[in-house]
Amino acid sequence: MFELLGVSPQVLFGQLLLGLINGSFYAVLSLGLAIIFGLLNIINFAHGAQYMMGAFVAWMLLQYAGVGYWWSLLIAPLVVGATGIVIERLFLSRLQNVDHLYGLLLTFGLALIIQGVFRNEYGVSGLPYGIPRELAGGNNLGFMFLPNYRAWVVVAALAVCIVTWLVIERTRLGAYLRAATENATLVGAFGINVPMLVTLTYGFGVALAGFAGVLAAPIYAVNPNMGADLIIVVFAVVVIGGMGSILGSIVTGFALGIVEGLTKVFYPEASSTVIFVIMILVLLVKPAGLFGRAA
Amino acid sequence: MTTQDIAASGTAAGEPIDTVARGNSRLYGALFIALIVGLLIAPHLLYPVFLMKVLCFALFAAALNLLLGYGGLLSFGHAAYFGFASYVSAHAAKVWGLTPELAILAGTATAVVLGLIFGALAIRRQGIYFAMITLALAQLIYFVSLQSAFTGGEDGIQGVPRGNLFGVIPLTDDRTLYYVVAAIFLFGFLLIFRIIHSPFGQVLRAIRDNEPRAISLGYRTTQYKLAVFVLSAGLAGLAGGTKAIVFQLASLTDVHWTMSGEVVLMTLVGGMGTIFGPIVGSVIVVSMQNYLASFGAWVPIIQGIVFVVCVMLFREGIIGVLSRWVKRPL
Repeated sequence: MFELLGVSPQVLFGQLLLGLINGSFYAVLSLGLAIIFGLLNIINFAHGAQYMMGAFVAWMLLQYAGVGYWWSLLIAPLVVGATGIVIERLFLSRLQNVDHLYGLLLTFGLALIIQGVFRNEYGVSGLPYGIPRELAGGNNLGFMFLPNYRAWVVVAALAVCIVTWLVIERTRLGAYLRAATENATLVGAFGINVPMLVTLTYGFGVALAGFAGVLAAPIYAVNPNMGADLIIVVFAVVVIGGMGSILGSIVTGFALGIVEGLTKVFYPEASSTVIFVIMILVLLVKPAGLFGRAA
Repeated sequence: MTTQDIAASGTAAGEPIDTVARGNSRLYGALFIALIVGLLIAPHLLYPVFLMKVLCFALFAAALNLLLGYGGLLSFGHAAYFGFASYVSAHAAKVWGLTPELAILAGTATAVVLGLIFGALAIRRQGIYFAMITLALAQLIYFVSLQSAFTGGEDGIQGVPRGNLFGVIPLTDDRTLYYVVAAIFLFGFLLIFRIIHSPFGQVLRAIRDNEPRAISLGYRTTQYKLAVFVLSAGLAGLAGGTKAIVFQLASLTDVHWTMSGEVVLMTLVGGMGTIFGPIVGSVIVVSMQNYLASFGAWVPIIQGIVFVVCVMLFREGIIGVLSRWVKRPL
C-alpha cells in the first residue's frame, strides 16, 4: 500500500473520480451554454433549472409511466429541449433587438418560476432515483473501487461532448451554425432559415442540460434546487474557459472538475471556492479566458 | 449643477435649454420636498419596521441603479456587498461594541474595499461576462460567509444590539430608529442624485451609450467604471449595514444570489436609469414579499413572473413610463 503525500490512494482516486464526474456535468452544461451564447448572444440563466427538469422528467417517467432509465436518457432531453423551443419562440425571439442583458434577466425569471413550481409540487427534500440494473455494482481496479454507474457517467458525458463537437465542426449543419455565429445576416441572405436555426440551437443547448440532468439523477437526489448553485459554478467555468471555442469549454469543464476533486483531498475547506479563485487568477492573467478570443 | 448637465439629460428635444433646465430643477425640487414630507408622514401611517426595510432596499436598489442604469454595468452579485457589509456591521456592533453609526461605517468601508477588488477584476470583461463574473465573485463571498467563524454560518449573527446613536440616543424605539434610517437613506439618495448630475455622471452615461467613442474622446473609461463600481458597492454596503442594525440580524439570505436577483428586479420594475425608479421598485417588491408571505413558496414564482413580464412588455419600468409621459427625466 503506497502513500502519496500522506493521502491513501483510495481517497485520492475516489476524489479524482468524483471530480471527474462533477467535471462531466460542468463540461456538458458549459458546452450547452457556449452553443447558445454563440448564436443567441445570451447567457441562459435557466440552464440550471433545465438540468433539474431533465432529472425530474426522468423521475416522473419512471414514477408515472414506468419508463426506465435508458428510454429516459432519450426522452427527457427531448422533452426539456421542446420546452426550450417553446421558450425561444415565445420569449427569446422577441428580445433579439434589445440589449442582450435582457435575455439574462428573462432567463433568470424563468429559472425562478421553474424552480419555484417544482419546489411547490415536490418539496425540497429530494427524491431517490435508482441506478439502472445494468450498471449496478462496480469493479475493483486494485487501487480503487470503480462503481459502474460513475464510469458510465464520465463515458456518456465525454461521448456527448465529442459527438456535439464533431457535429459542429464536421457537418453541414454545424457549418451553418458556425457561419451564423459569425454573421447571421449574411447566412440568412444565402437562403438559410436563421430564425429556425436559432430556435433549434437553443432547443439543443437546453436538451444537453436535460441530458446532464438524467445522468445526474441516480447520483444526486432529484431535487428542485439541484441546478441552482451548480449553474453559478458553471458560469465561472465558462469565464475561465472563454466561450470562443467548443472544445475549450469541454476541456475546461473536465479539468476544473478534477482540480476541484484534488482540492477536496488536499485542502477540503477550499473545495467549494477553488473554481472561483481560479476564475480570479485567470481574469488577472488572461481576461479573455484560457480558450477565448479577445473581444 | 450646470445648465448643460440637466439639459443634456432632459428628453424634451427642441425646447430652449434654459426652460428645460429650469423646468427640471423645479420638478426635482418639488419631488424631493414630496419625498421628504412622505418620509416624515409615513411612520404615522405604516409600521416603521416595514418602512425601514423598504428604505434599506430602496437605497440598495438605488446603488445598483447607479451602476446598471447610469453605468450600463449589470452586476448580478450585489448581494456580496450588501450582505457582507451587514455581517461586518453586525459583528462590529455586537462583538466590538461599536456605536451603531460606527458599525454601519465599518460595514460600508468593507463594502468599498470589496468593491474595489471585485470591481477591478470584473471590469476586465464586458457585458454578459461582467454579469457572470460579478455573480461568481458574489458566490465566493457566499461560501466564505458560510464557512467563516465570525459570520456564524447557518445561524448568522443574531441579537445585534441597536445601541445608542453617537453613544447618546438610544435606538431601541422603532420610531427613533426610523428617522435615523430615513436620514441615512436620504443622504445616500441625494449623493447618488448628485453623482448622476455631475460631470462624472455625464461621462458615465457617455461610456454606457458608446464606450469606444468615450475612449476616443480621451476618457480613461476603466477608471470611470471602477469608480462607479466602488461607489455603488459602498452604497450597497451602507444599506446592508443599516439593515443589520434595524433587524438586529445578519444572515446568509443577504449574501445569497437570490438577493442579487431581487435587487435587480426592484431596479427593473421601477425603471433602470431613472432616479426615483429604485424607490418605487423596492416599495413594490418589499410589499409583495410582505403581503404575499402567507403564500410562502409562491413568492419566488411571482417574482419570476414579474421578471418575465417586465422584460417582455415593460422594459422601461414604472418611472420610465411616467418619465416618457411627462417628457422629463425622473
